[in-house]
Amino acid sequence: MASNKKYWQSVEELKEDSSIVETLRNNEFVEEIPTNEFLGDKEALSSSSTSRRDFLKYVGFSTAAVSLAACEGPVIKSIPYVVQPEEIVPGVADYYATTIADGFDFANILVKTREGRPIKVENNNLPGSKIKPNARVYASVLSLYDSMRLKEPMVSGKPASWEAVDAQVKRGLANAASSGGQVVLLTNTMASPSTDKLIAEFGAQYPNFKHVVYDAVSASDALDAFEMVYGERALADYDFSKADVIVSVGADILGDWQGGGSDSGYAEGRIPKNGKMSKHIQMEANMSLSGANADVRVPMTVTEQKHALVALYNAVTGDSVSVPAVTNKAAVAKAAKELKAAGSKAVLVSGLDDVNAQLLVLAINNALQSKAFNPVNARLVRKGDAKAVAQLVNDMKSGSIDTLVMSGVNPVYTLPNSADFVEGLKKVKLSVSFSMKEDETASLTTVAAAAPHYLESWGDVSMAKGYYSITQPTIRPLFKTRQLQDSLLTWSGNSQSYYDYLKDSYATEGGDKSWNQIVHDGVAVTEGMFEAVANDTDFSGAASKLAKAKAVAGKLELVLYTKTGMGDGQQANNPWLQEFPDPLTRASWDNYLTISKADADALGLENYNVANGGLNGSTVTMDVNGKKVENVPVIIQPGQAKGTVGLSLGYGRKAAMKEEMKVGVNAYAVYNNFNSVQSVSLAKAEGDHEFACVQLHNTLMGRGDIIKETTLNEFNNKDAAEWNIIPVVSLDHKEVPASSVDLWETFDRTTGHHFNLSIDLNACTGCGACVIACHAENNVPVVGKSEVRRSRDMHWLRIDRYYSSDDTFAGDVETKENISGLMDSIDTFDAMEDPAENPQVAFQPVFCQHCNHAPCETVCPVAATSHGRQGQNQMAYNRCVGTRYCANNCPYKVRRFNWFLYNKNDEFDYHMNDDLGRMVLNPDVNVRSRGVMEKCSLCIQMTQATILNAKREGRPVNKDEFYTACTEACGSGAMVFGDVNNEEDTVVQLKEDDRMYHLLEHVGTKPNVFYQVKVRNTEK
Amino acid sequence: MSSHYEAPIRKPLIIGDKNYHDVTVDVAKPVEGRANKQWWIAFTIALAAFLWGVGCVAYTVGTGIGTWGSNKTVGWAWDITNFVWWVGIGHAGTLISAVLLLFRQKWRMAINRSAEAMTIFSVIQAAMFPVFHMGRPWLAYWVMPIPNQFGSLWVNFNSPLLWDVFAISTYLSVSLVFWWTGLLPDFAMLRDRAITPFTKRVYSILSFGWTGRAKDWQRFEEVSLVLAGLATPLVLSVHTIVSFDFATSVIPGWHTTILPPYFVAGAIFSGFAMVNTLLIIMRKLSNLEAYITIQHIELMNIIIMITGSIVGVAYITELFIAWYSGVEYEQYAFLNRATGPYWWAYLLMMTCNVVSPQVMWSKKIRTSIMASFIISLVVNIGMWFERFVIIVTSLHRDYLPSSWTMFQPTFVDAGFFIGTIGFFFVLFLLYSRSFPVIAQAEVKSIMKTSSETYKKQRENNSHSENH
Repeated sequence: MASNKKYWQSVEELKEDSSIVETLRNNEFVEEIPTNEFLGDKEALSSSSTSRRDFLKYVGFSTAAVSLAACEGPVIKSIPYVVQPEEIVPGVADYYATTIADGFDFANILVKTREGRPIKVENNNLPGSKIKPNARVYASVLSLYDSMRLKEPMVSGKPASWEAVDAQVKRGLANAASSGGQVVLLTNTMASPSTDKLIAEFGAQYPNFKHVVYDAVSASDALDAFEMVYGERALADYDFSKADVIVSVGADILGDWQGGGSDSGYAEGRIPKNGKMSKHIQMEANMSLSGANADVRVPMTVTEQKHALVALYNAVTGDSVSVPAVTNKAAVAKAAKELKAAGSKAVLVSGLDDVNAQLLVLAINNALQSKAFNPVNARLVRKGDAKAVAQLVNDMKSGSIDTLVMSGVNPVYTLPNSADFVEGLKKVKLSVSFSMKEDETASLTTVAAAAPHYLESWGDVSMAKGYYSITQPTIRPLFKTRQLQDSLLTWSGNSQSYYDYLKDSYATEGGDKSWNQIVHDGVAVTEGMFEAVANDTDFSGAASKLAKAKAVAGKLELVLYTKTGMGDGQQANNPWLQEFPDPLTRASWDNYLTISKADADALGLENYNVANGGLNGSTVTMDVNGKKVENVPVIIQPGQAKGTVGLSLGYGRKAAMKEEMKVGVNAYAVYNNFNSVQSVSLAKAEGDHEFACVQLHNTLMGRGDIIKETTLNEFNNKDAAEWNIIPVVSLDHKEVPASSVDLWETFDRTTGHHFNLSIDLNACTGCGACVIACHAENNVPVVGKSEVRRSRDMHWLRIDRYYSSDDTFAGDVETKENISGLMDSIDTFDAMEDPAENPQVAFQPVFCQHCNHAPCETVCPVAATSHGRQGQNQMAYNRCVGTRYCANNCPYKVRRFNWFLYNKNDEFDYHMNDDLGRMVLNPDVNVRSRGVMEKCSLCIQMTQATILNAKREGRPVNKDEFYTACTEACGSGAMVFGDVNNEEDTVVQLKEDDRMYHLLEHVGTKPNVFYQVKVRNTEK
Repeated sequence: MSSHYEAPIRKPLIIGDKNYHDVTVDVAKPVEGRANKQWWIAFTIALAAFLWGVGCVAYTVGTGIGTWGSNKTVGWAWDITNFVWWVGIGHAGTLISAVLLLFRQKWRMAINRSAEAMTIFSVIQAAMFPVFHMGRPWLAYWVMPIPNQFGSLWVNFNSPLLWDVFAISTYLSVSLVFWWTGLLPDFAMLRDRAITPFTKRVYSILSFGWTGRAKDWQRFEEVSLVLAGLATPLVLSVHTIVSFDFATSVIPGWHTTILPPYFVAGAIFSGFAMVNTLLIIMRKLSNLEAYITIQHIELMNIIIMITGSIVGVAYITELFIAWYSGVEYEQYAFLNRATGPYWWAYLLMMTCNVVSPQVMWSKKIRTSIMASFIISLVVNIGMWFERFVIIVTSLHRDYLPSSWTMFQPTFVDAGFFIGTIGFFFVLFLLYSRSFPVIAQAEVKSIMKTSSETYKKQRENNSHSENH
């Protein structure tokens, strides 16, 4: 509606023909604008430095600047594909088969990549896979995104181009060639046929060339022994699934012993089938994973082990080498009896760093004609020659080495005589170190050659004879790196790329797969005519030499070992591995001296818990032949043989490490003569050490229903109800199974998918591969040592480890049941908190049990945690307000709270705090903010992907097609996941198994995760 | 509402030679006069503590709950301990004003105003803990059943924590209304005595236009009675529901059916102790000895003693039931409570809550101001430890020994708690200077029956009649 109103501006308008009104109407401004004053003064104008154009420029600029500043949003550097690669579909993962061979860990793996970046390592299950990945291999993907990596080659400590490096190296090599100087290539065990060929070709150009293979953790004695008997530098392969009796003398067969990877075969034989399972006798000094899983564990000093080995040799071969009486005679005699009785179904292994001991192993297994012992498909994963390395250091010191090229080794850190090496290095004219880090060695060499991560490299690996596998890059090199092989080709003037060289080399390998097929599969079995003929060897002589072993009086035996989480220490800057709790001590972020209670008491060493629960331990100064290591923290280890102490290698690294990761002491410093056993004397030092243990209570307190176990005898001969007791409650004066009583009406769970997960306590070795796989899949944050110490670790999946307080867990239950009276119960429970001297050990992976009647779900005020249609207990992070009530009410204590912001927070400077490290994050799982609860989701993103995949392909989900990260990673088959509504799934049978039980069934939570009763083969 | 005759043998509830006007003057004095030095000192300390608490809360909200000592096993510690403790303290007010009103206990009249003030202030403190113990307190409103745009999200009515929200907010609102109703005639009295327009204005607003007509009084009495009827079940329900946080859980040591009565008794116990603590100081500072007499203190002491004994029986029953249940987890939980690493907390709880009130059997002690004061403090320390024992010692060792750990508070835990104590006293001190701290209108209603003045008069009269 138009307005008819008239607005009066002044009284003057009332007058007709007012001059003022007229003027106003014509002039916009009543008074004349004094433009002349401003523009008329030509002098002032011309003297001004600001021209009109300038003025407009300034106005324009500032307007633009202001508006730009106002518009600024977060800059996310994401660039769309201009040409989309054929194989990459955003949101869909690609898998590449490849192989890790870092000199210590070897495994056939699948690498999951998303949008071109590798984010997870998985198992390669194709036939031909030799070694399954362990926790370190699963974690290796994070080392790719290590922000401390060497990003470009360095010459004399300054960044340089590869051309400059090549020029310098070629010059140096040419000089060496002309002057006849010695050129040495020092590498780790690469087990790469093509590289071996390449090195031979490269070496041929120099009159004086040597290739020295150096294993930081040596298997030299076993290699020597095998070489003496079979004439080849390799290791016998063992398949423990074929053994009924396994006797291990100091061999951590479930750990890193002779290249590792024996655990899947071992686990196979441990699951009782047709009333039978293998019997495992372990004689050892340190409590190892193998000892923890053994049916009979005999703690022995290394000297005693040697004597025991001779005794076993005598018993099995019928030889009669005189041997001093061993303390555990009965146990040794029993082991010998078992070995003989089982005959070819028995196997003996040893981890003793003694060539005679290793000879006896071969003798015994040959005498037994052990089926588990396989010298034909010998392992090639250790090649290191301790003597050659020692010789090299001497040569370097004497100045006779002209050029030294190193790859995959860090001798300055790993050599016991590292000072000698450093001295020698100064006399080497040209030294090159291929390294992913500017580590202890690379920072001292002339050229620090930036090496790619294995996920950026090509290669081939032959882990054992007859097994061939390929390493292929899964991402373009992140930095200006070049692998050794390409460099050697360049330096030998060969214009071929290593990829082509590898391809040609494969053609001669004799595999029947095409190149494309082998790159696709990653593995191949190369049928060849291999044979192993045992030479005549003086085993008796070896035995009598071994029998002469004597302990040094007044000293303790120091047994060096590698931790499940750290191995030889290559990945020390990997936060997943640092935070990975040791399966046995459950300590993270540390290495420490393990000592028996008796020895600790004698030395006045103690472990105690402080007010927040954190474990503290005394520290000692170690003295090994005059070489002192200060401030070594001590953990009292149940089962540690008296007179021995253990210390793990791989810690105490300082170079190219983030501040938080510089933990532990370097045990390589006392790894004299590459022998894992040293004589040591300890002196208590001032001050205590603060540990970060994720488990502070070690015993099961007689709670036999948490880890149900029985003996093979009972399992075979008694009704399941006797050894797998179902808790009952009284309902209408009748005893009924506890889980049958229900307050609520149950839903119909028979339609759709319903997920269950079975954990076989017999097959689980406690190796922790699942823990790391879960970290990688679910973006579980790393919280650091001080937070772990405060019991705030974030592991969704933990592997509880319990020691018995009595000699056995059964004894604990009995003790508890025999309590009478109040005072007795106080005393007994108090005593039960301490583990036995040589306890039984049990492992139990625990994560969210996905209870169908979840206590957490009822208590959340905002319903942030609710039950899914497929059985999962789901956690809606966005809805969570963080009351922590659910965590309190969880009987399994599996819920983890984000106490702080763990990503993009300088207080937690781990991988989630830098752009590079965050590349490992799984885009399918969100990164949780502070203040919310999180926990296992049964990898719902994986199950949904499986369902969607099937749907897209228009088919029902296949049998056993569902996986979670942990079940996928479990190399021993202990964890099985599946849909109980799909009758074909393995998990259905497992659920019906006699051994099946639910954790804390009497609480009535009705979990979707269940366990299989642990059966121990302890009788006979 | 009170009978007109009271046996001479009953001790007077208003002592000294007080007439109606004296009551008015005595009650109005702290409001009309100037604050003394002690008040300023107390207020400064309380304010400092409060501000320190504000700082600690700000730090927590800014950085994360990680600044506290809680961990993966012990998810609640001081936060919920303090919450339950404050709610418990908040119990005495309603009990005194509602239950004692229904039972026609005249002695409540001198103390109910302050007891209710204490209730409201402590419920305010209590309410802060559930909010700030959240990982994301800025989303605390999600626990309210508010229509929302988040989709079909609704609160979980199964959760005892949600019941808490309702229980506490109901309790707070009913208490507030009840308190305010009682305040109306007293505010009116202050309004009528006010000499500055400002105070007159303020008190006339606060008194909601009370005129003192007979109709006003009649409605006043009726509303009081109705509210008392409404509030009485709340006395039982609030702490019952708070105890459901624990009782409905599955954690050994929490999962016990005895918790509701046990919590209610404990709450009354600690509430009365707190009333004693506050009034013993206030009667002195505000010269109210004539109204809050030794007899009042003694009666409260008796309630403390009785509820303390109930609590003691509850503790022992709990132990017995644990043993009798035959459930090993249950048995161990209680064995661990008493003899585990936190035995000292259990011992403190037992000594403070069960042993210390028993000395009240002695008349000498229960009529001693000093002893009453000390015991009232001891009881509240004990009751704090009771909650600590229930929460922390049950959680720190529950089902799976692998998760067992310990709890150690940080300075932030302590700071937040001290802050609420500071806040409480800030409120209480301000209240004592601006509110009529004794329900003078009600006290006046018992002048004829229960004051020393009138008792004496009656005695004199009867003497003169007899002779």
